[in-house]
Amino acid sequence: MSPLVLNTIEVMLNGLMTGIMYSLVALGFVLIFKASGIFNYAQGVMALFAALTLVGFQSGQIPFSHLINVIFGTNLHNWGPGMNAFLAILLTIAVMILLAWLVEKFVLRHLVNQEPIILFMATIGLAFFMEGLGDLMWGANIKVLDVGIPSGGSFWWEDVTRTWASEGSDYFGMYIDVLDVWAAGIAIVLVVVLTLFSQYTKTGRALRAVADDHQAALTVGISLRTIWVVVWSIAGFVALVAGIMWGSKSGIQFSLSLIALKALPVLILGGFTSIPGAIIGGLIIGVGEKLFEFAIGPMIGGATENWFAYVLALVFLMFRPQGLYGEKIIERV
Amino acid sequence: MFYRESGDFKTSYAADQQTFPIRFDRVVVTLVLIFAFAVVPFVINDYWEKSILLPFLVWSLAALGLNILTGYCGQVSLGTGGFMAVGAYACYKLTTGFPDLNIIFVVLLSGGITAMVGIIFGLPSLRIKGFYLAVATLASQFFLVWLFNKVPWFYNYSASGQITMPERTVFGIAVTGSEATPWATYLFGLIFVVAFAFIARNLTRGRLGRSWMAIRDMDIAAEIIGVPPLQAKLSAFAVSSFYIGLSGALFFGVYLGAAEPTEAFGIDKSFLVLFMIIIGGLGSIFGSFVGAAFMVLLPVLFKNIMVGGFGWPTDMVQHFIFMLVGGLIMFFLIVEPHGLAQLWRVAKEKLRLWPFPH
Repeated sequence: MSPLVLNTIEVMLNGLMTGIMYSLVALGFVLIFKASGIFNYAQGVMALFAALTLVGFQSGQIPFSHLINVIFGTNLHNWGPGMNAFLAILLTIAVMILLAWLVEKFVLRHLVNQEPIILFMATIGLAFFMEGLGDLMWGANIKVLDVGIPSGGSFWWEDVTRTWASEGSDYFGMYIDVLDVWAAGIAIVLVVVLTLFSQYTKTGRALRAVADDHQAALTVGISLRTIWVVVWSIAGFVALVAGIMWGSKSGIQFSLSLIALKALPVLILGGFTSIPGAIIGGLIIGVGEKLFEFAIGPMIGGATENWFAYVLALVFLMFRPQGLYGEKIIERV
Repeated sequence: MFYRESGDFKTSYAADQQTFPIRFDRVVVTLVLIFAFAVVPFVINDYWEKSILLPFLVWSLAALGLNILTGYCGQVSLGTGGFMAVGAYACYKLTTGFPDLNIIFVVLLSGGITAMVGIIFGLPSLRIKGFYLAVATLASQFFLVWLFNKVPWFYNYSASGQITMPERTVFGIAVTGSEATPWATYLFGLIFVVAFAFIARNLTRGRLGRSWMAIRDMDIAAEIIGVPPLQAKLSAFAVSSFYIGLSGALFFGVYLGAAEPTEAFGIDKSFLVLFMIIIGGLGSIFGSFVGAAFMVLLPVLFKNIMVGGFGWPTDMVQHFIFMLVGGLIMFFLIVEPHGLAQLWRVAKEKLRLWPFPH
């Protein structure tokens, strides 16, 4: 094979890996949207918040230490050497569940029966709130997250692909980050677990019932509030997974919350209500933007990844407004 | 008692159709305008101009624009920052390309150019609705900012990629550039804001505004009773973008003086304007002003209290403001989804009946 073909394959592979990362965020959106009809803009910030909390636990930071120091003139920063990754993850999950409960209690409960767009804007408010809270709790400096997932280029893959190149061409093999492969594996496990959960457990069935019809679910005795807390907790868990993956890849910083914006075109492509749609949408966007940048980017100045996903979604919407797997939109007066 | 709608008899059709038909409103608006035009320019100083009044004027124009689109026509847009960038770059290209053109026309033309760009990005709204449209407008936000970063023609091939406003005068008085005095820039902005607020008020009362509101309330029903969705939606996009373009031109030309697209017109500006109209009140001209004032004053106030009063570090205060703004958005949506403008409407009800409870 010629180096150009191999390069294209490499770009596509990396696109697939990025796409899986987008899907991870989009998954959280879909879960909440299906169960409560809320388009949760705060999903990206939840990922940031979860990752910040995880690092905080791991390194033994005292929450709000910055604030306490300023008010009381103390000089606190750590309560100890920290804890191991597993324990920290468990504690972070607990925090995300607590957060879900608080969100339900103080925000969602009061917004029942409001228009979807009002709920959407409320989650934008929630996103701002959590962004400020996260920074205030754990500090705004860029943090390194390491929970023991290996990262860096894979030499084995580089050697294998080098042999594919045709004789005499100087090709040095493909670069693939091991972390991305791990992320792909974890994403697959996550989707399988979520599917099993929603198909074979009592809570899962209740979730699907609520997603199908709120009022019918209420009449058979399913508590909407409990379901909402459960859904937001699961979304918090998915956010944690996404936060770990993105955090290990590029450090934990404010820009992490912007991946939520990238997940929006993914959702549009896949449809808001479909879990497979979120995955496939993510893959299409990931591969599409990498290929576009590779093929056309250099001609028009590069950095096309900033907008390609949105324009693709825009063009796509013109032809299929409900997305690839979305339910058909029926409008009545 | 104080606020009366009855007993204010009109004898001509023109009097009945005037912008503020109720005497109380007319008096209050006139007093505010007299204060803004005749008192403020004499007492304004550099601090008030740069950190409060000028930002307030610029953002209230942007909020008016977005309110026309989102509040009156029901099309949610997250592309405000991008459209402001169009206004700013149009203003820059026009001033540097035609040095003799008066700055007033430059600003108006910038609005016109933005309106055209707005129509192009508004085309998808004919097929896409709600969230989907909000996401589609993100395309304009990111694409436009990228465009201004990557095409050197837009920033006249300057090495830094920045655009800088040259000095321009109105009747011999500098209103842009470093020599401009606070009262001149303030009055320049104020004239635009007042003129276009009146236009917006009358547009929304007329046929066009009613067709927007019909589309907002239910687009299919509106279509059936004969409101053309194509014209209504695209005109809303055009008018809204015109206002946002004006505000972008003023933001860059009069307020900032120099700008760099990624920082000055990022997605956070889109959200800022959206918050203004939510807090102020969707579908209310008055609400756009209140919302803009609120979002401009809040950070200034808290910075003064926390940094100046308590001596807290600035970055922490910044996080506090984030939390506060987010919390307030949720609070308003829960308690008063119609924003601060609704509070004024309720107050009017009370004033009407005072001192009797019923």
